[in-house]
Amino acid sequence: MEFIQTQTGTKNLMKKFSLSSIFSQLLLLFFVIIWIIPTFGLFISSLRDKDLLAISGWWTSLTTTEVNEIYRMSGMESQIEEDGFFKIKGNLFKENSGKKIQSFGITSKKINEYNIGDVAIFKDKSEVFIDEDGNYEWRSKIEFKKKKGKRLFTTSLSPPAFTFENYREVLFKEGIGRAFVNTMAVALPSTLIPLIICSFFAYSLTWMKFYGRDTLLAIIIASLVVPLQMSLIPILTIYNDVGALFGVAAKSYPGVWMAHTGFGLASTTFLLRNFLKSLPNEMMEAAKVDGASHYDIFLRIIIPLSIPAFASIFILQFLWCWNDLLVGLVFLDQVPSEIILTAKLKELLGSRGENWEILTTGAFVSMTVPLFIFFALQRYFIRGLVAGSVKG
Amino acid sequence: MTILNLLFIVFLGILLFIAYFHISNYILDIYGNKTLKRYNIENSIRVIVFIAPAFIVLFVFILYPVFETIRLSFYDKFGREFVGLYNYKWAINDPEFRRSILNNLVWLLVVPTLSTFFGLVIANLADRIWWGSIAKSIIFMPMAISFVGAGVIWKFIYEYRGPENTQIGLLNAIIVSFGYEPQAWLTIPMWNNFFLMAIMIWIQTGLALVIFSAALRSIPKEMLEAARIDGASELKIFFSIIIPYLEQTILVIWTLITIIVLRIFDIIFAMTNGEWQTGVLANLMYDWMFRGGGDSGRGSVLAIVIMIGVIPILAWNLYKHRQEQKI
Repeated sequence: MEFIQTQTGTKNLMKKFSLSSIFSQLLLLFFVIIWIIPTFGLFISSLRDKDLLAISGWWTSLTTTEVNEIYRMSGMESQIEEDGFFKIKGNLFKENSGKKIQSFGITSKKINEYNIGDVAIFKDKSEVFIDEDGNYEWRSKIEFKKKKGKRLFTTSLSPPAFTFENYREVLFKEGIGRAFVNTMAVALPSTLIPLIICSFFAYSLTWMKFYGRDTLLAIIIASLVVPLQMSLIPILTIYNDVGALFGVAAKSYPGVWMAHTGFGLASTTFLLRNFLKSLPNEMMEAAKVDGASHYDIFLRIIIPLSIPAFASIFILQFLWCWNDLLVGLVFLDQVPSEIILTAKLKELLGSRGENWEILTTGAFVSMTVPLFIFFALQRYFIRGLVAGSVKG
Repeated sequence: MTILNLLFIVFLGILLFIAYFHISNYILDIYGNKTLKRYNIENSIRVIVFIAPAFIVLFVFILYPVFETIRLSFYDKFGREFVGLYNYKWAINDPEFRRSILNNLVWLLVVPTLSTFFGLVIANLADRIWWGSIAKSIIFMPMAISFVGAGVIWKFIYEYRGPENTQIGLLNAIIVSFGYEPQAWLTIPMWNNFFLMAIMIWIQTGLALVIFSAALRSIPKEMLEAARIDGASELKIFFSIIIPYLEQTILVIWTLITIIVLRIFDIIFAMTNGEWQTGVLANLMYDWMFRGGGDSGRGSVLAIVIMIGVIPILAWNLYKHRQEQKI
């Protein structure tokens, strides 16, 4: 017995390290790296200092980076008189920046003209010293008369700098925080409403007998693949008419919920019906004999049994609504109190296309909820997809 | 609208639907308990109560719009005057439309094929390796995020700076490190389509992967063992056993991704907005819905062209459904 076990053990070991296995592992590793790098780069970038982000690739974020920057010294207001000189003192950097100046210059043509310890002399005979931490002393025999100080060009080594500053900025100043709330207000009802009405619908399609049931089922199956583009123009027209008739806004949250409900109805019903069909018929019959109404059966038997199916469908529909752009774009006004995350991101891509700290952070904020669902409820998510998510 | 108000209407909206079902059923339960005759009436009313909300939504949001869109495609931009085939003639002669059709066809050819292929290869690799499930999770992850989010992620990869600057986009940094000139990838006609497709493949491979992973388990282990004992290489097993065995699954996944790709909108809208010859039908349609106050006739024609793409799949689904009903 022991012998056999060792033999299979060696066999497994051999299997683990055989040539073809190593090749497979390397190939898979290659795929994994390609697939993870884009998201990883985004995540790292969202945590970087925005000045560094703009001038160096995120893959350099763990090493010291050489940066060229322009700073302006303080103006006349901060001057003091000392040892026969007028002096302006200060520090170029923000506190705790950790940057170390390598060289500096006073004109844009020669940004590396002076080393630390050199004295740079401006045309007006004023002099400036600088130490590597960015402390400067600018002095002149005559009084400084300008409100703005002169510019200094520095070349410094910047240590890795990570910060949550971008998140604070994006959430509260750029309106992503509000867009997050709006998206939640769109996605939650847009998931729960179809779940409620489709569970009754699927129940009647499976367990109730009525004229036209098979036709209705065929319509559902046909609707599965109807692209939602088919519905956009007519529904928008209906909303405009209804809005004009009752004097309310044509674009509103309830409008989006119902649109999402409509577009998710076929797939939700289809998936639920497939699940309900697999439940044993005898159980329903027994309950009926005991005098239970359809509603009793639905509440006391179907719902408890369907929790896993509900979970899968909930996740699919919720992610769909959370990630949707087109429906939110067409059926909601693009104002701060209604704009959803994806539309906001698209807007930022246009208006702040160069501000990568805002874009990367904004994108990551929009991904938090899907990623949380993904990692916490992956099992249900996969089950739902495998059960056949076909959505127009 | 303040956040508190918003919370209130969200709550109210959901409650409304629960209340509808609960109250109407509660009344029916009391009514039907009395006599047998009432019981029968109750049962028929109950069917209506159960079906009505879903049916109304189905009718208003899917069935009616399908016919209305077909009607609008024969009408002018305001949907008032009948113009016959004018909108269709416009589409055929419109260079933008032709470009979109061509792009859509390339998308349909490339994305489902490569996603399915990668999904199958990765599922097969991951199945035999002890850290395979972690690998699957990572490759599946893009499925969870939005197309726009993915757009931002990849726009960062494709980011272009002039040759005198440090490249912060990964792709250009790699190119530059090999001594080539940096490129503005998204603005090179023809090729930029493929850079956009890469994003979609990156997302949809995960879908193919999870479905294949489930399907791979259905292949009898003995068959694979027997092939290995006979000395077949893993490559040979892949092509001669696994692919033929999973033929049905491959078809299903390919169809699934085709449907998703056919109405692709978000990625292109976010990345290039259809410029530099990257437009597809859905983007063109969105344009015509809102361009110059909107043109419902032309927009409808474009929607119908997208719809025509799914009709074969629709027919196939119905055919399969009828086969199942017979059994």
